Amino acid sequence: MSVLVGKETRLIVQGITGREGTFHAKGCDEYAKQFGNKLVVGGVTPGKGGTTHEGWPVFNTVEEAVAATGANATVIFVPPPAAADGILEAVDAGIPLVVCITEGIPVLDMAKVYPVVKASKSTLIGPNCPGVISPGKAKIGIMPGRIHLQGKVGIVSKSGTLTYEAVYQLTQRGIGQSTAIGIGGDPIIGTTHIDALKLLNEDPDTEAIIMIGEIGGSAEEAAAEYIKAHVKKPVVGFIAGQTAPPGRRMGHAGAIISGGEGTAASKMAAMAAAGITVVKSPAEIGDAMAKLLGK
Amino acid sequence: MKIHEYQAKEILRKYGVTVPNGEMATTLEQADQAAKALFSAGNKVVVVKAQIHAGGRGKGGGVKLAKTIEEADAASKAILGMQLITHQTGAEGQKVQRLLIEEGSAIDRELYLGLVLDRASSKVVFMASQAGGMEIEEVAHDTPEKIFKEYIDPGLGLQAYQARKLAFKLELTKEQVGEAVKFMMGLYKAFIETDCTLMEINPFITTKDGKLVALDCKINFDDNAMFRHKDLKELRDISEEDPLEVEASKFALNYIKLDGSIACMVNGAGLAMATMDIIEYAGGKAANFLDVGGGANQEQIENAFGILLSDPNVKAIFINIFGGILRVDVLATAVVAAARKLDVKLPIILRLEGTNVEEGRQIIADSGLKVQIGATMKEAADLAVAAAKG
Repeated sequence: MSVLVGKETRLIVQGITGREGTFHAKGCDEYAKQFGNKLVVGGVTPGKGGTTHEGWPVFNTVEEAVAATGANATVIFVPPPAAADGILEAVDAGIPLVVCITEGIPVLDMAKVYPVVKASKSTLIGPNCPGVISPGKAKIGIMPGRIHLQGKVGIVSKSGTLTYEAVYQLTQRGIGQSTAIGIGGDPIIGTTHIDALKLLNEDPDTEAIIMIGEIGGSAEEAAAEYIKAHVKKPVVGFIAGQTAPPGRRMGHAGAIISGGEGTAASKMAAMAAAGITVVKSPAEIGDAMAKLLGK
Repeated sequence: MKIHEYQAKEILRKYGVTVPNGEMATTLEQADQAAKALFSAGNKVVVVKAQIHAGGRGKGGGVKLAKTIEEADAASKAILGMQLITHQTGAEGQKVQRLLIEEGSAIDRELYLGLVLDRASSKVVFMASQAGGMEIEEVAHDTPEKIFKEYIDPGLGLQAYQARKLAFKLELTKEQVGEAVKFMMGLYKAFIETDCTLMEINPFITTKDGKLVALDCKINFDDNAMFRHKDLKELRDISEEDPLEVEASKFALNYIKLDGSIACMVNGAGLAMATMDIIEYAGGKAANFLDVGGGANQEQIENAFGILLSDPNVKAIFINIFGGILRVDVLATAVVAAARKLDVKLPIILRLEGTNVEEGRQIIADSGLKVQIGATMKEAADLAVAAAKG
C-alpha cells in the first residue's frame, strides 16, 4: 500500500495548457504508465473547454472535468494570483485530493482558503510543494520519478530538492519508499507534518519514516509531540537552516526565524526528545535510515 | 518587504488611525523647516527620529526630543548621516538617510498593539499588551500572560467584541474603549487591504488629555502579494538593503548575503539551507544563501556567478546541484559556459547528483576547467572548506 496516491488515482491538471502544466502532465502520466497505470484523464483551462490538449480533454471548469472523467485528484499549476481560486474551485467540485504546486500565493489568500479546505472532505497538499509520489504506482507533482524505488520508507518534507536528496540516498542503498509527501514551504499549508505523519503511521506498508523540516514556525515541534505519543515506527529527522541568521527569509516564504520562534535548535531538541534519530548533516539521512532498518 | 515608519504612518492616516503630525526630511534644511512649522503651530516639543529599516533606534541614539528650534536642528545634525547601530542592524550599523520630524506627545500610558499571521492557527491574530514601549519579543518570552490575543476569522474579519475585549484588558477608560475599537478596526482594515504580514504599534499611547495615538508603527508587506499593490511597491527603499541582494532580486535569484568565505550556488531553498549547514559542519562558513531555482538556465547561472564574484570575502565557490527535472548535463554545460565567459579564477567545487549525472560529470571533465568534483555532499563540502582556507 501507500497513501494519497496509488493505482486508482485519476488525475486532472488545472492549468494543463500552460507550459508547466503541459510538461508535468506528461511527466506524471508517463511515470504511471511504466507501471501499467492510467493517471491523467484531462485538464482544466477556463475558455479552452471542448478542445483537446496533447490528447487530453480540456474543460472550462473543474466541476465539468470531474463529471466527465471521474477524476479523484487534481494538481494545480495556476499562477499565484489565481491559485487560491483554483484550490477553492477544486474543493467545491468535491475532489478528494488537491495538490497545489504553485509558489508565491499571497498568505492572506491562503488564510481564507484554509478553513474552507478543513471544513471540506478534500485533502490539500501544498501550496509551494513538489507534490506526492508513491513509487512504482503514480506521482502527482514535479519530482523526478526515476530516482525513486518502491519500498517501505515514508517521507514527509517541506523542501523539494532536499526530499529528492533523501530519496536518492535511500535508493542508492537499496531502500525503497512507500510514499514521499512534499508538504510545502509556505506559512499556511493544507497538510502539515502531523497530518502527513498520521497517514504514514497508519499505512501498514510504511515501516519507517523520514521527516524533513526547516526553520520557521513550530510545526516540527508539534509533530515531534505527535510522534512521541503515537508513532512506533522508526523515524529519522533532519532540519535545514541550522546556520541560518534570524529575521531573514531563506527562500521559502515560511523559512524564517522570528521573535525567537522557529529555530533549528528548538526543532531538533524536540525531535530528539521524541525519540527521533536526528541527523545534523543532510548527507547522513540515508545512512541513519539504513542503520535503523539494520541494512 | 519592509517600509519606513513615516510611510507606515501615512498608510495608517488613510485608514483613520491617529498618528502624530510630522514630515519626512532628507536634508537638514527640510528638517529645520519641518521643525519650525511644528513649533509655530504651538507644539512645545518636537521629536527627531531616524528612519531606517531596523528597530531599537531609540537606544542607539536615533531618536531625540527638542524644546527649541536650535535643539531640533542640533538633533537633526547629529542623526542625519550617522551610522546608527541597533540590535537589529549588525555591528556596522545602518546609515541614516531620512528623518521624521514629528510633534511631541504628552504620553500618559505606553501600550502595545500588533497584528501578525499566526502559523499554528493559520489565522491573523490581534495582540495587545500593557507592556508597551518594550521589546515585545522579550515580553512574549518572559511574561506571555501579559500579551492578550484575539484570533480573527478570515471570513468575518475583526469583530467589534474582539476589539472591545482587548480594549478592556488594556484597562482603558470607558470613554477610550469606543475610540480604541475604531482604532483597532482601522488597523485591521489597513493590515488586510495592504497585504501585511506584520503590523506593530509600539508604543500605542494614551495622551494626558485622553487621546489614543500610534506613536510608532512598523509594517512588513507580503512580497507574494505585491503584484496587486503597484503603489505600495514604490515604497521600497533599496538603499536600506544589501546592494548584492538588490542586484540578485533583479534576476529573480533568491540570494541572501552572509559573512563567510564559501559562496554557494544551489537549486532549491531547502537544499540551499542544508548546504550552508554542511559547510559549517565541515569547519567553514557560507558567504551566502543562493537558490537558483528549478529552472535555472545558462543566463541565470551567469547572473548568479556575477553576484557571487562581487562579494570580496569569497574564497571558493561551492555548487551543489541535485538534478531533478533540471538535468545535470544541461546545468554542467551552463556552468562551464558561464565560468569561461566570466573567467572565474576562484576554486570551484562541484557536487552533481541526479538525472544524467554521468553526462554532466563528463562535460565538466572535458571542459578543462579547474573544477574539483566531490563524490558526495560531504566530500564536496570538505573540498570547499579546504579550498577556501587556501
